[in-house]
Order: sequence, then C-alpha cells, then structure tokens
Amino acid sequence: MLRDITLGQYYPGNSVIHKLDPRTKLVGTLTFIISLFLFRSFAGYLAAALFLAVIIRISGVPFKFMVRGLKSIMILLSITMVFNLFLTPGTPVLVFWKLQITREGIAQAAFMAMRLVMLIIGSTVMTLTTTPNHLTDGMEKGLAPLKKLRVPVHEVAMMMSIALRFIPILMEETDKIMKAQMARGADFESGGLVKKAKSLVPLLVPLFISAFRRANDLAMAMEARGYRGGDGRTKMKPLIYQKRDYRAYLLMLAYLVCIVLIGKVSPV
Amino acid sequence: MSMQIENLSYVYGEGTAFEKKALDNVNLELPDGQFIGVIGHTGSGKSTLIQHLNGLLRATHGKIYYNGEDIYREGYDMRGLRSKVGLVFQYPEHQLFEVDVFTDVCFGPKNQGLPKEEVEARALEALHQAGLKEKHYRKSPFELSGGQKRRAAIAGILAMHPEVLVLDEPTAGLDPKGRDEILEQIARLHRERNITVLLVSHSMEDVAKYVDRILVMDDGKIMFDDVPKRVFHHYQELEKIGLAAPQVTYVVKALEAKGWKIDTDATTVEEARSAVLRALGR
Repeated sequence: MLRDITLGQYYPGNSVIHKLDPRTKLVGTLTFIISLFLFRSFAGYLAAALFLAVIIRISGVPFKFMVRGLKSIMILLSITMVFNLFLTPGTPVLVFWKLQITREGIAQAAFMAMRLVMLIIGSTVMTLTTTPNHLTDGMEKGLAPLKKLRVPVHEVAMMMSIALRFIPILMEETDKIMKAQMARGADFESGGLVKKAKSLVPLLVPLFISAFRRANDLAMAMEARGYRGGDGRTKMKPLIYQKRDYRAYLLMLAYLVCIVLIGKVSPV
Repeated sequence: MSMQIENLSYVYGEGTAFEKKALDNVNLELPDGQFIGVIGHTGSGKSTLIQHLNGLLRATHGKIYYNGEDIYREGYDMRGLRSKVGLVFQYPEHQLFEVDVFTDVCFGPKNQGLPKEEVEARALEALHQAGLKEKHYRKSPFELSGGQKRRAAIAGILAMHPEVLVLDEPTAGLDPKGRDEILEQIARLHRERNITVLLVSHSMEDVAKYVDRILVMDDGKIMFDDVPKRVFHHYQELEKIGLAAPQVTYVVKALEAKGWKIDTDATTVEEARSAVLRALGR
C-alpha cells in the first residue's frame, strides 16, 4: 500500500503525455527549460505559460499535484526574489537605510520567480507522467551513443533504476522501524539538536543493516538469473518512437521557433 | 480495565490518487486477560488495526477508549499508552540496534524513565521469559540466529511490562520447534501475569490451540468474532476469503463423511484424538 504511494511522484493516467516515449519527454523538458532563458519580455512569459498550461491540460494531472513540487523550492525562490529585489540597480521606488528597491528590481524579481516556477512545474509534468523506471530507460537509450566514449551508460542506468526502486522500499522500512522503536517508547520529536541526533541511532542502525542485507540479496538474485552487464542485453519492452512522438517533436520545434521569434522581436 | 474500539475507520493516503480504505467501521471490545487471535488474509487490515491499539496510527474516523479514556483526547499521554500496550511487529529482530542483547532489551524500560536497577532487573526477567539462554545476553544481536534474535526482540517489549501484548505473526519464518517454544512462552505469560494477548497469525492450528476468541478480518471489516469452535464452523466462508479451518477439523469432517458417528467440532489435535477414541467406543 505504502509502496504505491511513494513510488516517485508518478500520477497514473492514460493521456498522450503519459504514453509518449520517455526520450521525447526528456528532450521536451530540456527544450522547455532552455526556452525559458531565450526571452526577456512579457510576451515570452505569456507564450511559455500558455504552452505549459496546454501540456498540463492534456496530461490530465490535477494542477494541485504540480504545485506540490513547488513547496520544496520555496526557500530558494524567496532568496532569489529578495536578492533581485534589493540588489538590482535602477530607479529607486522605496529606500530604507542602505537598502533600496528599484523598479527594475521588482520586474527582475517577478520575472525570475516566474521563470523558476515554470521551470519546476515543467519538470514536474515530466516526473508526474513518467514512471521512474521508464525515465531511466529513456536516459539509457538516449545516452547510448556515449558508450563509444567508454561512458558506462548501462551500468549507470541500472544503478539509477535500482536506487529508484529502493527508495520506496527504504521509506517503508524507515516507517516500520520508526514505529517499532516508538512502540518501545522512543521519542523522535522532542529535545534539542544533540538529543534528536542521538535518538536517530535506534532508527539508523537497523536501517543501514537492512539496506546492506537487501543489497546483498539483490546482488545474489541478479547473479542467479545470469546478469552480467549490458552487452547483448535485450529489453522486454524496447523503446521505439511512435507517430505521436514525431508529432510531439514537431510541436516542440514550433514552440521553440515561436519563443526565439518573440525574443528577437520584443527584447525588453 | 479494557479496550473499546468504536466505529474505527482508517484510510491510507487520503486525498491522493492512491486512496485505500484499510479499516471500515470496526467495533470491538477487548476485555482484560483474554487471549485473542486475529486471522485474515494479507491486506485484510490486521496490521493496520493493531497499530491503532497503541496509537501509532491515528484513525480517520472513530474512537478508541483504553480503560475508559479516549486516547484521541487532547493531551492524552500517548507514550504512556505505548508502554501499556506492547506491540511486537512482524520480524521484530529487524529493530535490534544496540551493542549487545541486554542493552537492547533495556531500551524500552529506559525510555519509560525507570531507575537503572529496575531497568536491568526487568531486562533480565524479560530475557528469561522470552526463553533466551544467558550465554547470549552479552553478545551482539547480529551474532544470534534468527530464532534467538526474535526472542531478544520480544524480550524488548516484555521488559516494558505491558498490560496488553500485541504480536504480529511472532512465529513467521521460524522452524516448528522455535515456533512452538515461542507460542508456549507467550501462553505461559498470559496465564501467569494475566495480561491480554492479541496474536495475529496465519496458522489456524496455532490460533485454535491457544486463543479464547478469534477475530476474522476481511477487507477492513470484522467478519467473525467468536470462540474458535464456532468460528471454524464457518470453514466454507473462511475458505472463500483465503483462510481455512485447522487441518484436524478437516480430518474429523472427512471421517464423518465416511459414515463415522463423530463430533466434528474438534479444532486441536488433542480434541480430535479424544473425538476419534469416543467414536471408536474406547
């Protein structure tokens, strides 16, 4: 039960976005992120936001799930805004002591915040519509040419998918051990920093041991099934581009051209 | 002194795409000193239910009263409840962490804020009750065998002197001898200290042999709540939800089908034995 809840942020669905090849989605996300830095005008932000809104609409994932991803960058976002607000030179609007807020600063801060928010939401759309395993598959296949440069693409991808697979398991394990120790009267909440750190020992020791045990078991199981690296290994579900992927690429290109044009026409 | 559970419901991941109802309007009364067995197939809500008993999970709806006190009341001493309702999780040996077995067993009573002498006396007593040999007390928990680790972990709860002892499949993965010994020790503890014991098990034989009362759970609901004989009377319904009656019950039923005049409500080997002897007229 808990396992299903914590597996990445994946939101199960049946939309075109869900069905796209993970490589398409990776390239798409990258394109979108790059596009955010190609303009400095209000029209550009409008175009990017519109594009993002359409994608979200198609994906069928409720908007509140996108916003959840933003919580984690709230601090970064506020620091960026404060710095931009106070340190941008220009026409002062408000001055107190040695600090001043300029008109340019306000604009800069707002634009920076919008950029960051869209950047995060853009990549959240990808993680919400792609299972972590699919994503690693996409990365492995997309980066395959690097093998010629002796980059261990398969091994890295395998490690990533194992790591991803283990996150929910270890979270479940943490939850279980925490509860078991709480049943023995352990207290993980109260006390100062030292006491809190000490109270983690009964949690961390069993957790590490269990992680090692699981890693050992997994290595054995892989060995028993004849795993010996990536050479000549085939896939049960090989990634093959479909028509919809080519269409998605075309759409991306069209979007990118629009953004570049907007950036050229109205440089603020 | 007892526990009342009223209209208890619990939903996992409420408000997400993965919502799942694990408990559905459970009503129970657990009087003092009973030995209660909880059976149900995997995912029927047994583990979720027992985690409510010491407040590790908070019910989505419903109330729990321990000795007449509402445990969800503002300011209720939840840590106090946890030392009165001892919960032994599945595979409890995975929670061992201290440098040696004795120190690990001391963890519980130490958290209760008892003086050092009392803590150590209780740990020794608990290790003895759990049936762990003295030569293992100063060993690292990780040097012990699976069965010994299990005993050490159970001792860790016993040392807290719980009034209610809840065990989630305490014999999973043990050999038959270890299984019998651990259940025997729990049964003795139940007799001697007159504590309430709640035993979650997949073994119909174990449940039939030890408990006074069986709770059968299915899909988050209590399906049957009765003495073992009457519960196993419904063996066909039990089979439908992936459970069964003890094997000896099937033996006596098969004998009856062959034309024997025999009592068919035997649930333990001893009862079956005397039923067979009676049927043979000896």
